[in-house]
Amino acid sequence: MIDAIAAAERVPMPFEAVFLWISGLLDIPVTNVQNAAWTMAVGALCAAACALVGCFLLLRRMAMLGDALSHSVLAGVGAVFLMTRSIDPFPMFLGAILAGIVTAVATQFLHRSASVPEDSSIGIVFTSLFAFGVVVVSQAKGVHLDLDCVLFGDLAFSGMNLRPTIGWLLPDSFRTLIPALLLTVAFLSLFWKELRLTSFDPALAMTLGFSVPLIHYLMTSVVAVVTVSAMEIVGLLVVALLIVPPCIARMLTDRLGRMLWLSVISGVSCITAGYLLALRWNSSAAGLAASVGGVELAVVLVLAPRYGVLGRMSRTIKLRTRIAAEDVLAGLYRRQEQLEETAPMTVPISECRVLAGNNFLAGLVVRRLCQRGLLQKIGQTAQFTNKGRRYAQHLVRSHRLWESFLSEHFDLSPDHLHDPAEVMEHYIGPAVQQQLLDDLQTPEADPHGRDIPNEPE
Amino acid sequence: MPSSQTLLVLTGTILLGMAAGLVGTFAYLRRRALAGDVIAHCALPGLCLAFLLTESRTISVLLGGALLTGLLGACLISVLRRVSRLREDAILGTVLSVAYGGGIALTRSIQNTWRNERGADLESFIIGRAATMLRDDVIQIAVAAVFSGLVIVLIFKELKLLSFDEQFCRVQGWPATCLDLLLMLLTGITVIAGLPAVGVLLTAALLIVPVAAARFWTDRLSVMMITAAAFGAVSGAVGTLLSAHVNDLPTGPLIVLTATALFVLSWLLAPNRGWLWNRSPSPDPSTIHESRSSAGRQEQTE
Repeated sequence: MIDAIAAAERVPMPFEAVFLWISGLLDIPVTNVQNAAWTMAVGALCAAACALVGCFLLLRRMAMLGDALSHSVLAGVGAVFLMTRSIDPFPMFLGAILAGIVTAVATQFLHRSASVPEDSSIGIVFTSLFAFGVVVVSQAKGVHLDLDCVLFGDLAFSGMNLRPTIGWLLPDSFRTLIPALLLTVAFLSLFWKELRLTSFDPALAMTLGFSVPLIHYLMTSVVAVVTVSAMEIVGLLVVALLIVPPCIARMLTDRLGRMLWLSVISGVSCITAGYLLALRWNSSAAGLAASVGGVELAVVLVLAPRYGVLGRMSRTIKLRTRIAAEDVLAGLYRRQEQLEETAPMTVPISECRVLAGNNFLAGLVVRRLCQRGLLQKIGQTAQFTNKGRRYAQHLVRSHRLWESFLSEHFDLSPDHLHDPAEVMEHYIGPAVQQQLLDDLQTPEADPHGRDIPNEPE
Repeated sequence: MPSSQTLLVLTGTILLGMAAGLVGTFAYLRRRALAGDVIAHCALPGLCLAFLLTESRTISVLLGGALLTGLLGACLISVLRRVSRLREDAILGTVLSVAYGGGIALTRSIQNTWRNERGADLESFIIGRAATMLRDDVIQIAVAAVFSGLVIVLIFKELKLLSFDEQFCRVQGWPATCLDLLLMLLTGITVIAGLPAVGVLLTAALLIVPVAAARFWTDRLSVMMITAAAFGAVSGAVGTLLSAHVNDLPTGPLIVLTATALFVLSWLLAPNRGWLWNRSPSPDPSTIHESRSSAGRQEQTE
């Protein structure tokens, strides 16, 4: 054995000095660069495999099944251990896959045939299997199958456990992780079309003749394999690696391909950061990886361009300011109309603010109107520019056309026409106006008898 | 004759099983079974933070912290449901795993820091240590059980309404949101009181499994609650006695496994809903009725 280790070559580490420098800078106590690098490689493989299958779990609304699987594979591993009394990886994998499939089947069965609600049936199956697993593992003293490893994983040691493989000294965990990752990639690329179809539209997949249950169980098996190989490294927290990175990716994109690689990136970053922080704070790498995932997700929830809280808030504010600005313009137009004068009318700024809703945005709205050259500010008063008047004319035209349309086609009393039109005027473009005109055969006046202004040139 | 320690543990687990059965019934009917699981996982960082902040090992302080973060987790779920595009299952999974990860990181670093002093055995909360339960733990459980029991008896009618027809409950002017929060609080209290005995990972099972078993036997809420409490108590008792008699078997998992056995038995044997009943050749009265009426209709059309 020692000869074999001596004969096997160490993999060269090119950036050792750079690495040491960076870790020194961050005050991370790295004693052995080789171990640290291998540990991060193991973590990255593990996170990548989890993130890839996790995306499909998330899309198929099976996230809690992922949680359940991560608990119940313990039962499979334990049962195999009871029968064989060895920790050979291959039978353990089989046991884990079996436990995974039992979980999926039993959950479905309890839900369908025993009419237990779905969440409860997941809860029953995985807690029972996990309890069984704990009992078995607690009996397996003195072998490399201990509860601590299941609960916390031993990422920190995975980089130290090197073993000669094909002439190189590689981490022992590679022997399960690399096949698991390859299996995942192969499964995803072989069944890409089917997976995509059954994830997004199971009904269509069914009518096209794809076997949805088959894909479901294949998927469950792959998740079980990935879970059991990752479990050795991160313990039960494999759930975090399965669910959190895909959630992060989901917040950022709508495209499946992009979601996959984004979630791989975020998974790998979580576990690398988790490992380094664990060295720094002398804590659990897997636990910190999950925490880093939580922080990443929180950031994304707030800052994601399209679906983040801030992004949506800014869009709402933009819409509200546009509507308020249009209300100001339309209000001024109506007032001018009542004056029956052609001379441009001036209105105090304060009244413009009232028209804009008189809330905290009103001042901003009026200022923006002046900046965009729709209003002209003269001292404490404002008046239309030509551009502003044309805009307002368009709005009022939309408003009155919509009122005419409502009164023509719906049984509404005249005093019920204004409010819906006040909402719709902001959304009627030239195309809809044209259709309204065609429908109403170019009306002259609205139901209240006021002129419908012409479309400005 | 069991030893006094066994009697103490028995009292604790029986009370816990009863409380979990009572509270779990409503969680089950409101499809909130996994909320208990999330609260339990979220409790772990709370335990650690309480220990770090107060440096005390007093169980009530630790559990206070746990209750706080557990309920925060439950609130976080409802917030995320509103503000994010993620679906319910993903939100549950995320909150659960991140909180659990944070808890594991904290317990580990506490363990590594305080290695030989005061042996903060926070890790025992993960799987539970029912066999070495202390008097304080049992008192906590008793308080939680009496409190949940009292609340449930006092506002049984309102909770029943909420569980079966939330919309109607709102329309009738009941404070449905408050009632919902109260139920969440009861769930939290029960789960947290059970942590020292059964642990973060398995407490949720006590809320789900006995209740699901009781559901097979009856359609009446009050009967179901009593049955669930009884099943919970039996699981607690049998699990405890088994682990006291067989060496080294952990109590928490055995309690859960007993509950599972009860569930399987109920599913097999229960009248009307059970598997055997539906398998047996004696025809179901409802189907007889249906076939007769359809036969009658056929005659009429002829």
